[in-house]
Amino acid sequence: MGRLALAVVAGLGLATAYSAAAQEAEPAQPTHFPIEQPDEQRWSFAGFFGTFDEAQLQRGYQVYKEVCSICHSMSLLAFRSLGEEGGPHFGEEEVKALAAGYQVADGPDENGDMFERPGRPYDRLPAPFANPQAAAAANGGATPPDLSVIAKARGASRGVLWGLVDFFAQYQEGGVDYVHGLLTGYRDPPEGLVVPEGTYYNPYFMSAVSLKMPPPLSDGQVTYGDGSPETVDQYGRDVAAFLMWASDPHLVERKRIGFQVFIYLAVFAGLMYATKRKVWSSVAH
Amino acid sequence: MEHTAYQPKGRFARWLESRLPIIGFAHRSFVVYPTPRNLNYWWTFGAILTFMLAAQIATGVVLAMHYIPEASMAFASVEHIMRDVNYGWLLRYLHANGASMFFFAMYIHMFRSLYYGSHKEPREVLWILGVIILLLMIMTAFMGYVLPWGQMSFWAATVITSLFTAIPIVGDAITTWLWGGFAVDSPTLTRFYSLHYLLPFMIAGVVILHIWALHVVGQNNPLGIGVKSKEDTVRFTPHATIKDLFGLSVFLILYAWLTFFLPNYLGHPDNYIPANPLQTPAHIVPEWYLLPFYAILRAIPNKLTGVIALFASIAVLVFVPWLDTSRVRSATFRPIYRQFFWIFVLVTIGLGYLGSQPPEGGYLIAARLLTTYYFLHFLIILPVVGLIERPKPLPTSITEAVLAKSGAAAEAGA
Repeated sequence: MGRLALAVVAGLGLATAYSAAAQEAEPAQPTHFPIEQPDEQRWSFAGFFGTFDEAQLQRGYQVYKEVCSICHSMSLLAFRSLGEEGGPHFGEEEVKALAAGYQVADGPDENGDMFERPGRPYDRLPAPFANPQAAAAANGGATPPDLSVIAKARGASRGVLWGLVDFFAQYQEGGVDYVHGLLTGYRDPPEGLVVPEGTYYNPYFMSAVSLKMPPPLSDGQVTYGDGSPETVDQYGRDVAAFLMWASDPHLVERKRIGFQVFIYLAVFAGLMYATKRKVWSSVAH
Repeated sequence: MEHTAYQPKGRFARWLESRLPIIGFAHRSFVVYPTPRNLNYWWTFGAILTFMLAAQIATGVVLAMHYIPEASMAFASVEHIMRDVNYGWLLRYLHANGASMFFFAMYIHMFRSLYYGSHKEPREVLWILGVIILLLMIMTAFMGYVLPWGQMSFWAATVITSLFTAIPIVGDAITTWLWGGFAVDSPTLTRFYSLHYLLPFMIAGVVILHIWALHVVGQNNPLGIGVKSKEDTVRFTPHATIKDLFGLSVFLILYAWLTFFLPNYLGHPDNYIPANPLQTPAHIVPEWYLLPFYAILRAIPNKLTGVIALFASIAVLVFVPWLDTSRVRSATFRPIYRQFFWIFVLVTIGLGYLGSQPPEGGYLIAARLLTTYYFLHFLIILPVVGLIERPKPLPTSITEAVLAKSGAAAEAGA
């Protein structure tokens, strides 16, 4: 009995000390994430008439292929989509060559065996790991997320006031700003901040002070064929734009049709209003 | 008060009319039907809602041809619709934003009723049918939100179905029965899909009853006084038809703005992360149109009481025709009620905001205050104000009021 009471007292003491310590540590250790909101970038695809920059998407695909795809899958994306208008718009032969650069599992053949063959345009991009568990085991315990719709799956809440402004300003680039901010935002942690072992400080990361992905980009890492600057910022911008397209591949078509719908509705509403005035002109109401 | 009865002209029309008088019925209901001449644009939302129901069913039926209600394939099938189905992106964005527009119109329609006393005698049944439609819409929208099987879908389904565990004794058994297993999983998704397809047709059925009841008692109007003579009304077509069409086309501009230029503005980014039962999102929130109810649910510390409050917040609407004791319908002539009406509107918007915030600290206290006020409004304020308020004098007829107003306008113009 005495022992139990002692254990309870000791437990309470420990708990109090622990919560006190947690409180003391609080000022230096942030609890709301992301620590910093990403900077709003200028994007060619923002706004009423936004369209993708084909050259940028092609560079972005190159960055994805040479850097990101080592760990991250894009399993919803088909090679053929890379040749579509309103996207990177690679030529037909280029798409075939891009697909053929991958080995894709197929089968079973007539003997019942699975086999590998070169990719074809209708294949989806093969994943770098066999399953999420294998991906986690190779990456320090965290599964690198699939990037197919990542630009729509990110974006911090901006609060009620900014939310209202965004409605009228038509801001739909929170996700792509986030991706760019994260890729270019790695830096040394501020004095006194505790960064867990095996993780990297990034104030733009949405759910903690740091993440398990090491800084993926460095200056000069990818060689561009079109003379664009080979900097972390440019790489981050290009690959973020590419991921935005992959998340919403019909964005350009959507905005184009949206504009036509607007003209149609404006004219239609005008006609309805004029007719309404005419019909009601003889009736006091 | 009929304007002119339908006279079948052709031979076929006469033949059909003597066997199934459907053309005469449509003519009576939507052409010569007498509609008060003083309706304002708040009355166009009935037509807008009918359009939205039809639009949701039309887009939904096509989406259902491509969607797969199975846990391992649902997310990818939605993205297949977005990428590979011809205009699939358009159908899906129309359908997802259509739900928001549907609720937006529904709330305006309901607030309009509360302001002008459209729920009052003799329109009690009409109002109650509307509350049933709201309840069915909430269930349909919630199940529709689960179908993309993203993180928010999965966790919203988990949170809401877990509410049934609060029922004493049989709660766990009911929840297991709802889930079709011991957690939200593929069987849950498949039955939600089935119900999501079924409920809209039930809504359509109740809408027919709603319109039937409306045509029995006639439309209310901004003055809240009854139609007394043929003079007080105009033919539904062309007068109401063209006004509804203009209202609808302005509404469609807003709908198009969301669909084409802000398609994901009202959604939560987490719903583009595939459902993961092992990882709870930081904040689980429903769609915006359910946030006030969600705030009420979470404002109450006891789970069972919270669930009861959630259902009571909708059930209380059924009793509004009798809780509102005023003999005058329109808030135009009710100076005190009018102020409480606008306070109530602000309270529901406030509850919506609090539903989007974590239930802690000041947010929780505010949510409790506003929840209390929500029920006070119906249970105390409505009956008491109706009894103590002295309404302004009512005009003797719609025509008189309308002519007085247009006469004054003509004088001011001259």
